[in-house]
Formats: sequence, C-alpha cells, structure tokens
Amino acid sequence: MNNETLLMDGYGLYVWSAFAFTLLSFVTLYVFTKAQYVKEKNKFIIKFGSLNPQRAALAKSQSINKEILSNTSSI
Amino acid sequence: MFKFFEPNKIFSITSKAPKYVLVLFIIILTIGLTEALILSPQDYKQSHSVRIMYVHVPAAWISLGIFSTITFLSVVGYIFKIQNFFLISKSLAPSGLVFNIVALVTGSIWGKPTWGTWWAWDARITSMLILVLFYILYLVAWRIYENNDKASKITTIITILGIINVPIIKYSVDWWNTLHQPASINILSKSSIHISMLFPLLIMTAAFALFSLLIFLMKYNTELIKIKNKGLDRL
Repeated sequence: MNNETLLMDGYGLYVWSAFAFTLLSFVTLYVFTKAQYVKEKNKFIIKFGSLNPQRAALAKSQSINKEILSNTSSI
Repeated sequence: MFKFFEPNKIFSITSKAPKYVLVLFIIILTIGLTEALILSPQDYKQSHSVRIMYVHVPAAWISLGIFSTITFLSVVGYIFKIQNFFLISKSLAPSGLVFNIVALVTGSIWGKPTWGTWWAWDARITSMLILVLFYILYLVAWRIYENNDKASKITTIITILGIINVPIIKYSVDWWNTLHQPASINILSKSSIHISMLFPLLIMTAAFALFSLLIFLMKYNTELIKIKNKGLDRL
C-alpha cells in the first residue's frame, strides 16, 4: 500500500475514519448479536438438560427443539 | 398462505443460513472495499473524499429500507394477527439502527471537508436524526412492554408515525434548500453518477444488505430460542 492510497491528497484521515467507523460498527453489532444468541442457546441447553426423561421426550418431539440442540455451532 | 411464515417451519433454514451469508458477505465486502478505496476514480470536485459515499449512501438506503419493511410487516402483522411478522420486524431493527447511525456519522465526516462543518441542521440530516429516534423508540418499546400484544400495538403505532418521516427524508433535498446534494441515482430517470462510481456503490450496497441479512438471521434465531426457553419453563 503506497502513500497515495493512505494519504489521498489530504483526505485520507476523513476517508479512512469513515470506513473504520463503519467496520467497527459492524464488528460490534455482530459480536453483540452473537453473544446474545450463544447466551440464549446455552440457557436452552441447560434447561433441556434439567428436564426429566418424560418431559425431555415431549420437548424433543417438537422439531424446532431438535434443531436448536443439533445446531450448536450454526454461526 | 401465512402458514409458510410459521417459525417452526423456517427455523431449519434460518439456523443454517448465517454461516453461508457470513462467507458471502466477507467475499462481497472485500471486492467492494477494493473497488471503493483503490480502484474507483476520485471526483473532479471532491477529490478522494467522494470515497466516503461508498459507505454513507448504502447505509442510508438500507436504514430507510429496513424501516419501511418494519412498518409494512408491523401493519400487516397487526391487521392479520401474524405474530411472526413482529418477530421479523423486531429482528430487523438493530441492523437498521446501526446503519442509520453509520449514515449520520459518515455523513458528518464527509461534511467537514466538503461543507467545512461536521454538522448542519438542514432538512436531510435532521430528518435522518429523527429516524434514529424512531428506531430507538421502537427497540425500547419492545424492551419495556412484557405483554406481547401491547408491545405489538405500541411498536406498530411507532412505525406508522415514523414512516411519515421517510418521504420527508427522500424529498427533503428537493423541497428545501439544503447543504445536502440532490440524489445522483434515479430509478425512473437518467442517473448523474458515472458507471465507474456506480459499480462500487452497488457492490457495497450488496455487501451491506448481506450484513443486515446476517444480523437479522442471528437475531431471529435468538428470538425463537427465547420463545422456546419460555416454552420449556411451562413444561
């Protein structure tokens, strides 16, 4: 990367800071959303694990519950 | 027809899709950034500062698009009592808010070298700021009201009030004398932007749209698991 790309005739600070702010916002939103997802999923797994076998079988009869348990690394 | 929108039916798709969307987003974003920062030409008037357009404009477009979608889904969901539409709307809102903030901040950064000021209370910028407030109100309403029916009603009212602001944002540059330049891209008439700038702009828009899809899918899955957690409590 040469100086021209970095400095951009004196506009580099504005351009790079605009792009950096955008990418930082993306990373923050992604990390925050993923943390919420993992937290809810872990809560689900703990609750599911504490069910007695009869209730666990009943809960597992719902396809969506099976999907949640099977997709532990979906993102 | 609405049975298709049942969460149980679409979870198998939404739970697997994020990883593919993430990979596609990274590929498109890499192409977009290369085009926007290196390959695209500088403007004859604004020089290199025009490159800020490649993040500012897509962010503004998508934040407006998401708010319009949220309003449409909320109103249809309220009329036909489709709870899943509210779940979709609620999951779209965080990325809409972030894109709105990105549009404002990058616009402010662009304003300094172009207009000589970070901020001006002109019609376009002020109406975009009002949209941020509507996004915040919408998200806060979902947090405040425990009762789902009440939350659906309040958030629908917020979106109906907020959507009045969307055409104001769009036409503010035509209706009033503003610092903000008029639209360079028109669907119905000839655009004033050159293809060498339009191409990276469209690539970056596609990348931003993929990112909002990614966040939507993750948030939607989280909301579904939250509902299922409540279901396990009742077993």
